[in-house]
This record gives sequence, C-alpha cells and structure tokens, in this order.
Amino acid sequence: MYDFEFVKPSSIAEAAKALAADGAQALSGGQTLLPTMKQRLAAPGTLVSLTGIAEMQGVCLSDGGLHIGGATPHAVVAAQAKPHYPALAALAGGIGDPAVRNRGTIGGSIANNDPAACYPSAVLASGATVVTNKRKIAADDYFQGMFTTALEEGEFVIEVRFPIPQKAAYVKFNQPASRFALTGVFVAKFADGVRVAVTGASNDGVFRWAEAEAALSADFRAEAIAGLVVDGSDMISDLHGSGAYRANLVKVLTGRAVSAA
Amino acid sequence: MTKVTMTVNGKTVSAEAEGRTLLSAFLREGLGLTGTHVGCDTSQCGACVVHVDGRAVKSCTVFAQDVAGAQVKTIEGMANADGSLGVVQQAFQDHHGLQCGFCTPGMVMSSAALLAENPKPTEHEVRHYLEGNICRCTGYHNIVKAVLAASGQDVSSVAAE
Repeated sequence: MYDFEFVKPSSIAEAAKALAADGAQALSGGQTLLPTMKQRLAAPGTLVSLTGIAEMQGVCLSDGGLHIGGATPHAVVAAQAKPHYPALAALAGGIGDPAVRNRGTIGGSIANNDPAACYPSAVLASGATVVTNKRKIAADDYFQGMFTTALEEGEFVIEVRFPIPQKAAYVKFNQPASRFALTGVFVAKFADGVRVAVTGASNDGVFRWAEAEAALSADFRAEAIAGLVVDGSDMISDLHGSGAYRANLVKVLTGRAVSAA
Repeated sequence: MTKVTMTVNGKTVSAEAEGRTLLSAFLREGLGLTGTHVGCDTSQCGACVVHVDGRAVKSCTVFAQDVAGAQVKTIEGMANADGSLGVVQQAFQDHHGLQCGFCTPGMVMSSAALLAENPKPTEHEVRHYLEGNICRCTGYHNIVKAVLAASGQDVSSVAAE
C-alpha cells in the first residue's frame, strides 16, 4: 500500500480537527480499510486512528436504551450487550472470526456500510440513532445505499444509541469464505410495531421490508409472512447466489428470525 | 519513519516504522521475530495471529503505530521459561496437530486465546473459535484434538488420527 501519515488523537475534539484536513481518513478497527488500502483502492494522505479515544469505547445503559461507543470492538459488544440486548450481542458475536471481532468496530462497520455487513441491519431494525461529532442522525436517514451514508467529510460516528425492543433476533446465511452475510435479516418487535431490516440482498444496501413489517405488526408469527412475495429482480446477483436466491433467503430468514425472537 | 515502542513477549522493544508498516512486518522485519507467519496477507488465513493486550488479532491487518505501547505476545513468547514447549505447543506436538507447520503459530496463538476465555471448550466450540485460522494440511481433526488435550480434557475417545 502507499504510505501515509499516521495520527492517533486521544479525544473526539482532536480527531475532528485532524479529520478536517484535506486527504484525511478515519481509521477504526481497520478490518476492511487495511485490505482496501493493500489493494490500493484507497490511498489516504493521513490516517486518523479512532481507537485511542476513551470517550468512544464501551457499552452502557442510558435512558432505557443501549449506547455503544463508535470504537467499541465487536467482541466487547458481544460480551457486554448480552444481558441488555441479546440479539444485538449475538449479531456482534457472529461477525467475521474471533480475531476480526477483537479489532473491528461498530462505528467502522456502519461508516463503511458494506451491503453485506451485519451491523447496518441491527441499527436500521432497531431504529437506532447514530451520533456523530456534528449531529444525531436517525437510522432511517443514515443509510443511503451501498457504501453510502449520511456522513459528510470530516464527520465520524462517536456513538450508536439503540432503543431496546421487546423481542428481536438476527439470522444470517453465511457466505462461508468471507463470513459476511450472503443475506441477513434483523427483526425487532417494539410496543408500537415491528421493524425488519435486510442486509446482503439489495444493490442499494440495507433496507426495511415494509410488507413484512405490516404483516408482523398485526401477527408476530413466521406464518404471517407466508403469503408475501419478495422481488429479486433488483437484488445482488453474483457467483454466490442469484437475485432470486437472495429474495427467497429474505423470506426464509425473516421467518426464522421471528421464530427465534 | 517513526520510532515505535511496544512490549513484545515481556521485553520493551523499539524499531522504526512507516505509517503503513503492518504489525506483522514490524515483528518479522523490525524485530526479527519471524515465528509470526504471513500467509494470505488479506486477514483470511490467521497464520499471523498474535495477542495484543491479551486479545488475538491478525497482525497483517493492524498498523504497528496503532498498537504502539501495547503488550504484544507472539509464538516466540509461548515457550516456558526453561525453553520447553508451552502447554498448547506440546499438545500440538503430542497429537500431531500440524503437518507442514505454516499455520501453526497462528493456530497456537488463537487456541491459547480460546483457552484463556473458555478453559474447557467443547469440540464444537474449538472448531467454531478456529474458523478464522486456515490449515491446508491436517483437515483440522488433530488440531481440535490438541486444543482439547491442552485444556486438560481426555481425548482418548476422540476419533481421527
């Protein structure tokens, strides 16, 4: 990879200042960014590591929700979120492999918004709030398509605030080589309705499946979605599975997630 | 170039590193600790696994400067003080948990991290934990058996030799 200047601030304010410079790029756990830089698909002039900022680490209960620091590794979320939001903890504990989970972070995952990443589905299905160094963004406004988010230049994720649903589950069909989700579905049942978010399937990245949400809000059983049809014509088609195959997975995995919730 | 200092296998060490210097390269080329192997260099294979502050990480996917000041443990730090093999290493030898040996440093480091978290894992837990470590020789059976043996469990009835 091309060389760059490396800086590691210890506060959000210092990181914001460093990231305001031309050519600066945020680095969190680096489990996607380093492979990308090795392939020379990214060549930042300055990398600003966010892993040394204490304010961006950890999991805590606050105002009835679960707040997770942007630089918290998946393994920490898997362990610490378990008593409060087990479905979210299980999702974090199923990303990649143990060594990847010790480095990769929630902020890095949702800033990258890989169309097959697990975390975006949890953030969207939970109706979480993404807190950046500049503002608070609702999940419904945050994800804007494959590898695209509402984040502006110099903006980074300092915390994600999750409302805790009454019931929830995430089920993914692993792509066994990469351990990304070939397709994954997060179902979250709240007092005022059900939210269903799908990752790994759409060319537009993570999305909410509105028909399933309506059906499940009326009747929270896997059978409630039996009559729904998922259109696979605009879904990701690659050597691992066709759009029609992924469309079928969306329905099957949603049913499994409802049963597991 | 920046001088990077960290504690590796209990000793404070320093070497020059660029921004882009990976921890794997820092250990191998900067410090001459070539026990850490680089297999795929794309964070798939796990041959480069070392412990940073007690946690297993893929050293080919971490910048050396990002772990400056950390406690790092490599395969060279796994032997006992008298130079004899550590428990996990000895179990790999006893149960033929390797053939060519290229993946073994990462296998041993990941296995040690597993046993630190979960001292008596089931066979399923061992296989699941090692899913980020690829071995192209053994078919994994004897690796799993070695890890179970290193945890002090009876492996006399475990099949596959």
